[in-house]
Amino acid sequence: MPGHGTRDTGHALLEVKGLRVAVAGNEILKGVDLAIREGEVHAIMGPNGSGKSTLAQVLAGHPAYTVLAGSAKYEGKDLLSMKPEERARAGVFLAFQYPVEIRGITNSYFLRSALNALRRERGEPELDPIDFLQVLEQKLKAIGWDDSMMNRPVNEGFSGGEKKRNEILQLAVLEPRLAILDETDSGLDIDALKTVAHAVNQLRGPKRSFLIVTHYQRLLNHITPDVVHVLADGRIVKSGGPELAHELEAKGYDWLRDAAMVS
Amino acid sequence: MAHVEQLVGSYRAWAANGASGAPGWLKDLREGGIARFHDLGFPNMKQEAWRFTSVAPIAEGSFELAQPPARTPKLDDIRPFLLFETGYRLVFLDGFFQPSLSTPFFDDIQSLAHVVAHRQDLVRQHLGTYAATQDRPFSALNTAFVHEGAFVHVPAKATIAEPIQLLFLASGAKQVVSHPRNLVVIEREARASIVETYASLGQGPYWTNSVTEVVVGEGARVDYHRVQRESERAYHVATTQTHQGRDSTVHLHTVAFGAALARHDIGAVMAGPGGTLILNGLYLLAGQQHADHHTTIDHAADHCESHEYFNGVLDEKSRGVFTGRIIVRPGAQKTDSKQTNNNLLLSTDAHADSQPQLEIYADDVKCTHGSTVGPLDPRALFYLRSRGVGEAEARRLMTYGFAAEILGRMDVAALRAELDRIVRDRLAA
Repeated sequence: MPGHGTRDTGHALLEVKGLRVAVAGNEILKGVDLAIREGEVHAIMGPNGSGKSTLAQVLAGHPAYTVLAGSAKYEGKDLLSMKPEERARAGVFLAFQYPVEIRGITNSYFLRSALNALRRERGEPELDPIDFLQVLEQKLKAIGWDDSMMNRPVNEGFSGGEKKRNEILQLAVLEPRLAILDETDSGLDIDALKTVAHAVNQLRGPKRSFLIVTHYQRLLNHITPDVVHVLADGRIVKSGGPELAHELEAKGYDWLRDAAMVS
Repeated sequence: MAHVEQLVGSYRAWAANGASGAPGWLKDLREGGIARFHDLGFPNMKQEAWRFTSVAPIAEGSFELAQPPARTPKLDDIRPFLLFETGYRLVFLDGFFQPSLSTPFFDDIQSLAHVVAHRQDLVRQHLGTYAATQDRPFSALNTAFVHEGAFVHVPAKATIAEPIQLLFLASGAKQVVSHPRNLVVIEREARASIVETYASLGQGPYWTNSVTEVVVGEGARVDYHRVQRESERAYHVATTQTHQGRDSTVHLHTVAFGAALARHDIGAVMAGPGGTLILNGLYLLAGQQHADHHTTIDHAADHCESHEYFNGVLDEKSRGVFTGRIIVRPGAQKTDSKQTNNNLLLSTDAHADSQPQLEIYADDVKCTHGSTVGPLDPRALFYLRSRGVGEAEARRLMTYGFAAEILGRMDVAALRAELDRIVRDRLAA
């Protein structure tokens, strides 16, 4: 298993260099460097407003963000020039911090449309509703759901916890190579947190990498990362092993924020 | 006003001729209707209820009363408009009943003219009782020409399992007007499902001016579906008026795809306590189409519940108008009323007007309303794209969802499937 100790070997899945990003004229990311190898789980931690969610969204291709400088290579390709749907089809997945409601479209129809878009890209035959149900059945078990959530419009009337589970369900069905989790733990009670963490752990594997964006260390009690980064004021100010998360939990972010100001 | 005079003249000629055999009470009803229409004339945009809709193409046009069609269509001709070929159905062409295409049931599911001639006792107490004409010129005009249309009577405690199809076809003859008049009586604890469809075999322009009264007895339930898919050159003016007794349920679904100019007045009176109403509508317009839905839900009794959902999908230069008036009468305590109107603008030239009007005269009630007008939600668009769905498909999917939200509330699977197909075809175009 690649991990913190083997960081110098293995194939780089994502390589971000000097990434500077602005939204509505404000520079949020001020030069981010990050390399994630196949099979690694990286956590990005940091105080509110540090740019964590911006990093997650810009990697997924959100149109509101402007890349000022720098690069992001995914499987050696220029990720930033790809459309959001092209990134998804290449295996990039963002679990949204605030999942969006889509009126009139059932969860089941939505997921099948998404899976079929990916299958078309891979030259595989599309799944009809019946084949899809079989795929779905196994995945639902992983997040502790029956199919009652599948005939409801996407995220409509879902509780905060249900929305987050729905993101993890999509992750399980779409089987991305790079899964970015944007504050998936926020708003979850401890049971939901454990379910989500368990589902993520089951999805870990030598070919799949994770970038977990979180404010708190509590999700990392259940998903042990290979690398922990601290993002403060638009830059990664410190990287380390899983123990860094515990240190942050004990000491807070202020000591690092000060360090960022000095540099 | 020349055109008002022309219509009154054509009424006089008709009343003296073909319609002279009617019973006295019906003649009186007609005379009342034409007098009212003559007084009111056509509505204009200075009137509150017509602020956003000009009827100039109708008022300034010249329309002859439709004549009996020269040729009776074959079943093959009307098949595209039938959901199924079993069950009861009444078919009309340019307002004239087509017995050879219809499957009536004694005097209970029959042409109105037939029932007036044979069982006027079933009709007399209801016809013209529910659809107001005081300030409704089109309804008054229809009442002047009351003669033919669909009659449905479901006796107490009876259930008609398969939906009854009422099909109003236009031949496409130019500059003609028909005034279909429908009466639906669902007696105490009875149950029925009805699909009323307006469609055309030709282009027109022609004008349909219909009125449908639906009276629902104590503990009864009706699922009423109305599909307007007239020719895109047609003018369609209609009133649907329901009247509910105690503990009754009405699900009224309406879909408007067609006509150059369409105005649909929907009125629902909840006259007895414990009633439930779902008013569920969709308008899907493109080109220069204009559709105006004017709804009035009248909570006249306590402990009633009404849920109103209207979605509009407006493309190109089309315009959608929605007025949702809710009246809660004094004493209508524990009213629970919810109204939403959402309009999706697919082009910068499309336009929607949405006006809720709440008039609440009771204090222990729950009334909510919400309306939106705007383009596709960019957040949802990104969400779909981030899952691998291409931009064009994502837009189509979201637009479809807007329509599917309304269609999904309909219980008749064959109708849902047919409307679904029409929506998909329109979105693919």
